[in-house]
Amino acid sequence: MSTQHTVINKEALQATALKVREHIIRMATDGGCFVGASLSAADLILYLYSEWLNVNSNNLDDPNRDYLFLSKGHDVPALYGTFVELGLMEGKRLKNHLSIDDHIYWHPNTKIPGIEFHSGSLGHLPSVAIGVALDIKIRGGKNRVVCILGDGELNEGTCWEAMLVANAYKLDNLIFVVDRNQFQANMPTEDLIPLEPLHDKFTAFGAAVKRIDGHDFDALHEAFSAYPFQPGKVNVVIADTVRGRGLPSIERRADRWFCNFTATEIDSLLKELHGEHQTQLTSETLVVR
Amino acid sequence: MTYEELLTQEALADDRFVVMTAENRALVRNIYAHLGNRFIDTGITEQTMIGAAAGLALRGRIPVVHALASFLTMRAFEFVRTDAGIPNLPIKLSSFIPGFLSDGNGPTHQAIEDISLMRGIPNMTVFAPADEDDLLKMLPQIWNYPSPSYVRINTRKTEYEHAPFEFGKAEIISEGSDVTILTYGLLFEQALEAVKILQAEGLSVGFINMRSLKPVDEQAILKAAESNLVVSVEDHFLTGGLYSIIAEVLLKHQASAKVLPLALNEKWFKPSLLPKVLEHEGFTGKQIAEKILGYNTKAVQTTIAAQEFSE
Repeated sequence: MSTQHTVINKEALQATALKVREHIIRMATDGGCFVGASLSAADLILYLYSEWLNVNSNNLDDPNRDYLFLSKGHDVPALYGTFVELGLMEGKRLKNHLSIDDHIYWHPNTKIPGIEFHSGSLGHLPSVAIGVALDIKIRGGKNRVVCILGDGELNEGTCWEAMLVANAYKLDNLIFVVDRNQFQANMPTEDLIPLEPLHDKFTAFGAAVKRIDGHDFDALHEAFSAYPFQPGKVNVVIADTVRGRGLPSIERRADRWFCNFTATEIDSLLKELHGEHQTQLTSETLVVR
Repeated sequence: MTYEELLTQEALADDRFVVMTAENRALVRNIYAHLGNRFIDTGITEQTMIGAAAGLALRGRIPVVHALASFLTMRAFEFVRTDAGIPNLPIKLSSFIPGFLSDGNGPTHQAIEDISLMRGIPNMTVFAPADEDDLLKMLPQIWNYPSPSYVRINTRKTEYEHAPFEFGKAEIISEGSDVTILTYGLLFEQALEAVKILQAEGLSVGFINMRSLKPVDEQAILKAAESNLVVSVEDHFLTGGLYSIIAEVLLKHQASAKVLPLALNEKWFKPSLLPKVLEHEGFTGKQIAEKILGYNTKAVQTTIAAQEFSE
């Protein structure tokens, strides 16, 4: 097992994470976006692209690059914010969110360089990631495949079907990362379709599992530095996160899944992100899509 | 040459090919010995198989995937539409026991809306060979076409030797002024018998093996519409299959024809062994001919070969 433990610059990552969150908040107006899930996944997406994945603007077509698949899809603003901060996308392009002349909308799509596959229908990308991981194995490659899943997404049977197949093919080059923000669309997961004990479920499916604080860069780094967790076993990281992380006025709120804020609220939320007082939100809550 | 031999030959010559199955090994029992890890059995997981095929195709592979027709097209429909159709990936669907070929299985296994479902997906191409000879003539072009494809696998043997396959073209077997029969897949055998009976009754009979249902040979359909009667013969629901295709083509070209559809109208077929199914549902050559003629003949129906059980 290779546990090459490089040092990360935690303060720099935290500063960049704030910028990623600013991008997400700015996308949450004029039509809005899935803010809560984007804020919960922001730190782990930023960590992976900054510190771990072999992906950069020069190797997007290199068959030896690493792959990241966003399966839940709602978190794509976090990916765009990360792409902007890491130079994979021009910052001004985010102003085109929901523009008919661009391809930046509520779910990922491959018109955006760096996005490996479209998503939106839950429970699809675990199997797509398996196909890529299988091909890498067939060719004897060393590249790694990450697939980020929502916890609500785990309701879909195809996630578990994929776990069976990943286990059968001993895909230790594949890492499923669960953004465990405790919410599905309208409800806390444990109040609707309980997932716990989640660690045990994945272990029973044959995975090597780590459960960590998905907002702690040191914890993320320690977990991913232990790749592969166990030779011959598919890797699972359960990243415990907070829906809406960074904005106390929407954190852990069932009614702040999809948000379409007013311009005034956006200004106030950007201040709230930097530690100023909580925003008095008046915009519509819980738009179910 | 068999389906498996052709696939083995193709895959050995071109390492882009990978062969996948959702534990439907009837057509590919021996291929692992030749392809090793380019043979991937995902178990009884049609959805995961299609998703994984998309991942393999992203890496430059051409996955030829195998499953029973009803589960490939319906259990995995959204995966086919979303993961093969939207990105236009060259995933090749080999659909086992489609239509009447599911004989004794019952309605769960009856894929008789597959043509309708598959042709509704943008980028998808749809094919239905008449027999093994036709299948083997069609597959190399289908497998090398850079889009997803759906093939109603039909390995039945007939005496007929088919013309070379032209992508998107029907096989015009004969032209006739009284009636033209259009069919695809398994029912080619029976339609061919019907043609002989009709000719013996003195009719001028056109006969078209559609082969490619999407893209469809519009000129062949328009030409058929010049005869006094067009008959569509298919083991498919009346909705969405060849009868619908003919209607669409005629409407598009502002043409009209008198059309007799022979299909399954709002019903599943009675499960039994294939010869009995055809007879019960009225799809033997003699029955087809007599429906067209409107009277009984003294023609003797040729014995219909039974299917061997294989899943």
